Amino acid sequence: MMSSSENISWFADITLQDRPRVGGKGGSLGELARAGVRVPPGFVVCTAAFERFLTALEKEEPMRRQVESLAAHDLGAITDTSKRLQARIEDAALPDDLRADLLAAHAELCGGHSSAPVAVRSSATSEDAEDASFAGLQDTFLWVTGAEAALRSLRSCWASLYSIPSIAYRRKQGLPEAGVAMAVVIQRMVDARAAGVMFTRSPLTGDRSVITIEGAWGLGSAVVSGEVTPDRFVIAKITGEISVRTISEKHIQHRPKEYGGTEDSEVPEELRAAPCLRDEEIIALKEIGCSVERHYGRPQDIEWAVDQTDEIFLLQSRPETVWSAKEQAPVARPAENPLQHVMRIFGGRR
Amino acid sequence: MSTSAKTKGFPLPSSLAVVAGTERAQAAYPYYMQFSKEDDERFWFYNTMHFPEPMCLFDTITAEACYCALGSANTRVYCLPTTLGIDSRIINGRYYIGGNAVTDPAEIARRITEFEKRAFYYYEHWEKFFGQWKEKMMGLIRETEALPKVELPDLEPIEHVYAARGIAENHYILETYQKTLEGYFRMWHYHFEFLLLGYGAYLTFFDFCKKAFPEITDQTVARMVAGIEADIFRPDDELRRLAKRAIELGVDGEFRQGGSPDEVIKSLEARGAAGRAWLEELAISRDPWFNINVGDGFYHYHRSWNDDLSMPFSALPGYIANLRAGQTLERQVHKLMAERTDLIAAYRELLGTDEDRAAYDQMIELAHRVFPYVEGHKFYCEHWYTNLFFNKIREFGGLLAKNGFFAAADDVFQLTHYEVEAALIDLMTSWSNGSPPRGPAYWPEIVKERKAAIAEWAKHPTPPALGPVPDIIDDPAIVMLWGITRESLDAWLAADNRALSNEIHGFAASRGVVEGIARVVRSVEEIDRLRKGDILVCPITNPTWSPVFQRIAAAVSDIGGSMSHAAIVAREFGMPAVVGTGTATQRIRDGQRIRVDGGRGVVTILE
Repeated sequence: MMSSSENISWFADITLQDRPRVGGKGGSLGELARAGVRVPPGFVVCTAAFERFLTALEKEEPMRRQVESLAAHDLGAITDTSKRLQARIEDAALPDDLRADLLAAHAELCGGHSSAPVAVRSSATSEDAEDASFAGLQDTFLWVTGAEAALRSLRSCWASLYSIPSIAYRRKQGLPEAGVAMAVVIQRMVDARAAGVMFTRSPLTGDRSVITIEGAWGLGSAVVSGEVTPDRFVIAKITGEISVRTISEKHIQHRPKEYGGTEDSEVPEELRAAPCLRDEEIIALKEIGCSVERHYGRPQDIEWAVDQTDEIFLLQSRPETVWSAKEQAPVARPAENPLQHVMRIFGGRR
Repeated sequence: MSTSAKTKGFPLPSSLAVVAGTERAQAAYPYYMQFSKEDDERFWFYNTMHFPEPMCLFDTITAEACYCALGSANTRVYCLPTTLGIDSRIINGRYYIGGNAVTDPAEIARRITEFEKRAFYYYEHWEKFFGQWKEKMMGLIRETEALPKVELPDLEPIEHVYAARGIAENHYILETYQKTLEGYFRMWHYHFEFLLLGYGAYLTFFDFCKKAFPEITDQTVARMVAGIEADIFRPDDELRRLAKRAIELGVDGEFRQGGSPDEVIKSLEARGAAGRAWLEELAISRDPWFNINVGDGFYHYHRSWNDDLSMPFSALPGYIANLRAGQTLERQVHKLMAERTDLIAAYRELLGTDEDRAAYDQMIELAHRVFPYVEGHKFYCEHWYTNLFFNKIREFGGLLAKNGFFAAADDVFQLTHYEVEAALIDLMTSWSNGSPPRGPAYWPEIVKERKAAIAEWAKHPTPPALGPVPDIIDDPAIVMLWGITRESLDAWLAADNRALSNEIHGFAASRGVVEGIARVVRSVEEIDRLRKGDILVCPITNPTWSPVFQRIAAAVSDIGGSMSHAAIVAREFGMPAVVGTGTATQRIRDGQRIRVDGGRGVVTILE
């Protein structure tokens, strides 16, 4: 197998320590793969690759200075600059060696099937970048077939750094352009029978003892985007009891289009009210969720997919943020006299 | 309890009519049990857990004595700060109860101080007082066993004259009757001496778990505390022991499905030393463990295994067959204990802070200390003592029947306990004055009328609750014992809207999914209709029917929480159970194919 280089890092070679080079998404996929969790194979186009590309562009015409000269409130100027810089990134030639590296990695990833579908996703290198206000709108491309399409999607991810909201945000925060970089994950797509999200700490109540799974038919983007009301399952980590099984009417699913990209498609009548996961799959997902949580030592928000051969994959895992951020007072404190606890029941709860 | 301003609720008590033709029977219940107009202002629920069938006029003493003691413990003895006692009414033979609460903050504060002095003292001395309790209960049992036989001789035995006793035999009819009632009322005081405190300790732990793990299931919490070593399980343990002995002695062939106990015993006697040896084992088991009855302590016709050997004997062929097939019948106590310990440790690890862990340790320790009483007392109170009581009343019934008052001894149960005293005084008087008693011309018609009323009432379903719905239900007894919570009330109310749907919802008591034929069993007489693999659908869940559990594939009940014994037994047998459905016996028809999903608490009618 092709080895990792400065430009390209395969998942197996990545640890979380590599985050500055491969970004959060890339880092966590690498970590998962190394921990033995089944993730769709892939590689990360490292920040170094972006910097090489940008250096080449800077030589022709400065980009960073253009951005730094913008006033945060000058939307007109920002819009103009954004349009121009994005066009440059999308059109300019890649340095030869970088292009060669990328094509070789893509070919290897597709295992000889050049039109094997891949996902191209930006992998931001800072916490801020996770925030929707900073990330570009066009930073995830699904079901990309063919090397040229993959390279175009890669450029679009890079270009999203120069979207209007991204530039405006950096100008407002006064962030130096020198620090701006992005990694991009390119990985095989799962032809998902069903997909969704899994929380190892309840999003509803913060309960640490249950795993919550939400899923629908087709690709996970339907659930992640909120377009479909998913089925919901709640499983106790310790006893394996499935205590909640709420099946929703799943009218729509995201399916790949024949020549790339995805589209909404109607779910056949007989599947709409059918659970998207079998009980064995729910339990299997729960086991994976528990082991990933153990691996990271903290609760995770996970994206998963089950392919057409019923194999389960994880597509992403990142730390749960909602409940971790909340002030966690103890439910109860030990009492000097243990009997005092009964006063909670007998003393009136009004 | 505070009541909400909602208009949606259950029917008002005043809207319930007495079933036509049963008015005189209804009127015979004591005046303090009849509904009145003021009762429309409060909430009542139909206690099908303990009183699933219409109540005979005598049997209402069970509820009277029970609630009298329960309320005293709450209101006056331990001074539960916010909870007083249970008020009750009866209509069409159906028992409705409502709880009384304390709402004045100053009064609550005063009661908190008293509660801490009184209840904490009991918790602190729990093991010692429980030990004393067992002695007190056994003392009461022996006292009642020692009551004189109920009979009236033709002439006063001359020895009494020579001994200058000075009191004629008829006086002892009255004295013995009053002592019989007194002992029964006293039993209930012993019953409640520890019970509410025990439930409270359990609820304290339960409440903590629900706050720390909002999505934890009730049955998981119950598994951490309940169901291991309690005397209530001994009778069934004895059956397993007897099955094993039968095989060891080589007499297991005498136990065939369908044979009556008398036939089996005769054939064992014909088997020489081996048969006699087994019968000796039976005698050992019977005293005291066959004092368990087939009910829950509230109906005179729930006889004990000692009174009627057909229940225990009907279980033996099945247990013997299982043993021969290589299954071990031992209750897996060690396994259950190990699982329980693991469960407790695993959840402890998930707690967020050291403080939570320390508090958790304190609460579960208390729950474990008190729970043996909560489960263990039933055998002595609702079973052994209750049998003694009802059998003694039968003796009075026998005397009255002998004297023409009734056609059969059991007819005595068609009279209230006040009326029985009147009948006895009538008899005593006639013994004294030489005129015939007046009862024979008076009671038979009334008995006939009341039996007809009971039969009529059994045909009419009754609402699960009456009156305006309260905002909060926080009496520990009500929450724990009857599985009544705000949520279950809402579910019952919603059930009206779902009457057309084929799904019935309740508490997930024991996991597993099973499909089968439903047998709607409303009384113990019908138990024999259950065939192997049937699904039991009943108003109450009842652990003393444990031999029945080896025949059924799943259990569904109208009322009960994850705390109920049948939930515990179902989990032990590894079969699905859904309890607290509110209306399963009304919505499921006998013979219908249903699916029980004990992990979700859903019963689906499949046809």
